[in-house]
Amino acid sequence: MTEGPLISLRAITKTYGQGAAAFQALKGVDLDIPRGQFVAIMGPSGSGKSTALNILGCLDGPTSGAFRFKNIAVEGLTRNQRALLRRHYLGFVFQGFNLLSRTSAQENVELPLLYRGAETAQRHAAAREALAQVGLTGWEHHTPAELSGGQQQRVAIARAIVTRPLVLLADEPTGNLDSQRGHEIMDLLVSLNREQDITIIMVTHEPEMAHYADRVVKFVDGLVASDELKERA
Amino acid sequence: MIQMLLNALLLALRAIRRNLMRSFLTVLGVVIGVAAVITMVTLGNGATRMVSDQISSLGSNLLILRPGQQLGPGRDSAGAANFKLADVEAIQTQVPALKAVAPVVGSKVTLVAGNQNWQSQVNGTSNAYFVAGNWQIASGRQFEDDEEAAGKAVCIIGATVKKQLFPRGSPIGDELRVKNFTCEIIGVLQGKGQGAMGQDQDDVVLMPIRTAQRRLTGNVNDVSTLMLSLRDGVAADPVMEQIRKLMRERRKLSENADDDFHVMDTKQIAETLSGTIRTMTGLLGAVAAVSLLVGGIGIMNIMLVSVTERTREIGIRLAIGALEHEVLLQFLIEAVVLSALGGLVGIALALFVCLGLTALMSMPFLFNPGINLLAFVFSGLIGIVFGYMPARRAARLDPIVALRFE
Repeated sequence: MTEGPLISLRAITKTYGQGAAAFQALKGVDLDIPRGQFVAIMGPSGSGKSTALNILGCLDGPTSGAFRFKNIAVEGLTRNQRALLRRHYLGFVFQGFNLLSRTSAQENVELPLLYRGAETAQRHAAAREALAQVGLTGWEHHTPAELSGGQQQRVAIARAIVTRPLVLLADEPTGNLDSQRGHEIMDLLVSLNREQDITIIMVTHEPEMAHYADRVVKFVDGLVASDELKERA
Repeated sequence: MIQMLLNALLLALRAIRRNLMRSFLTVLGVVIGVAAVITMVTLGNGATRMVSDQISSLGSNLLILRPGQQLGPGRDSAGAANFKLADVEAIQTQVPALKAVAPVVGSKVTLVAGNQNWQSQVNGTSNAYFVAGNWQIASGRQFEDDEEAAGKAVCIIGATVKKQLFPRGSPIGDELRVKNFTCEIIGVLQGKGQGAMGQDQDDVVLMPIRTAQRRLTGNVNDVSTLMLSLRDGVAADPVMEQIRKLMRERRKLSENADDDFHVMDTKQIAETLSGTIRTMTGLLGAVAAVSLLVGGIGIMNIMLVSVTERTREIGIRLAIGALEHEVLLQFLIEAVVLSALGGLVGIALALFVCLGLTALMSMPFLFNPGINLLAFVFSGLIGIVFGYMPARRAARLDPIVALRFE
């Protein structure tokens, strides 16, 4: 196995609908992401950045083109095979947190481990550890309704990293937070990226949040318009 | 595989616990359906047992011969002459298949003992009555031949009469005032309890038939009822036909005249009655089963609502890496666990209701493990059948659409 980039997109297109109503969201995207990079994807709405994130997150398949993840040709995989990729290698953080309501932080974080079939004791320990990493020790038994927005997003991050994923995909993770909480979340993501070598792909429209990333990819009209690599501070 | 099932079970239990109130309301239909089915069948079995017990307590292989046609639409029982003592003798000598032939006359009269009085059925009969009616003497003795022949004023009282008039001590040898004469108590009958029509069989006083004829009814020859006991292993039908022929002949009925008497076979009555009850039980059980089915549709309804309501949750699970069949299994198991729990609650409810109702109706409580198991399995099946469609809908959701669902 040759050591290529972790993620490689070649001429990826994505078309929604058919015939006259068809809409091409991605028009041939080429993108390589090496392991350990923190990538911010920016662009105006309708530029295809969310579609790209869905494809990168294996939630959706491309209409055409080649997508290799860990040298696996993802474009040819079935729905369930993509689900297994997500289960073992990916973690998700959403703008709206997407925690299970009426369910404690601990149980929310344990959820991905349940699907992995982890032992109860190991599950508890891993969830506690993940919650500690995001600074929520002592909040394990609170339900989302009892947590602030920033804390909820921390629980969501803990849920994403509890499986020790290769890639963390974040869709506007600071969109629902005030600026100070937003910066705290970004600091947390950066530290996860640096300390645990988790590749992070984040969609955002806020330049100040994109500033935390190693690389900023701008999408315009279904194509990569600019790709900017920065020196780590 | 087992690990996966356990996981799905855990997920299902967590989901049920998260929505406890809704879960309870969802399964209410199944709870009531299961309870109704089990209650109907259990009560039906109890009623059947009660009726057959009561009829067999009348006497084994008992035929009853009465004047007049059997009651029914268009039947006439008025004006038919009573039997004569000679008829009793004729049956005794000419129908060898009978073990005992007991002539009975009787009426309802007031009994007085000391300062107590009590209304009771007083029957004049012979010792054959104990055989035919399956009676045991609890204390004292039967009639003696000379008492029967002479129509002496002696009597044997039932358990209820003893309880009412002689609550303490043995009444043997005491005097009992029957209407306008006094007789000596020579025995007490063993109690039998309630009869098939709900009457108290023990509320009775027996005396020699001649005594009753002379002092109660005033008709020295008439016999109103004959109780006939078949020998063991003898079929009732030919004997009934033989008795019918004999009686038609003795009552001088012309060729085309209807019978002005009838013979009843208590065993047949018991079978007819319990057959009727069984049919009713089946019918009520079927109605209850329909309610169980409706309960299942309730589960499907709520599970479908639940899938829509939890679209986001399903989206999260799919994004995290849940496989299609895992989501399907989760929702299916949730439905099965729900309805099986509903089944268990229903069984418990039925147990309480049955205990209460059987006590209220003084009926035997027959726990029927078969119907309980069947109802439980059926409630589980309802979960599978009605949970499958919502579960499949959940499993096929597109994670991207589901995550965006508001």
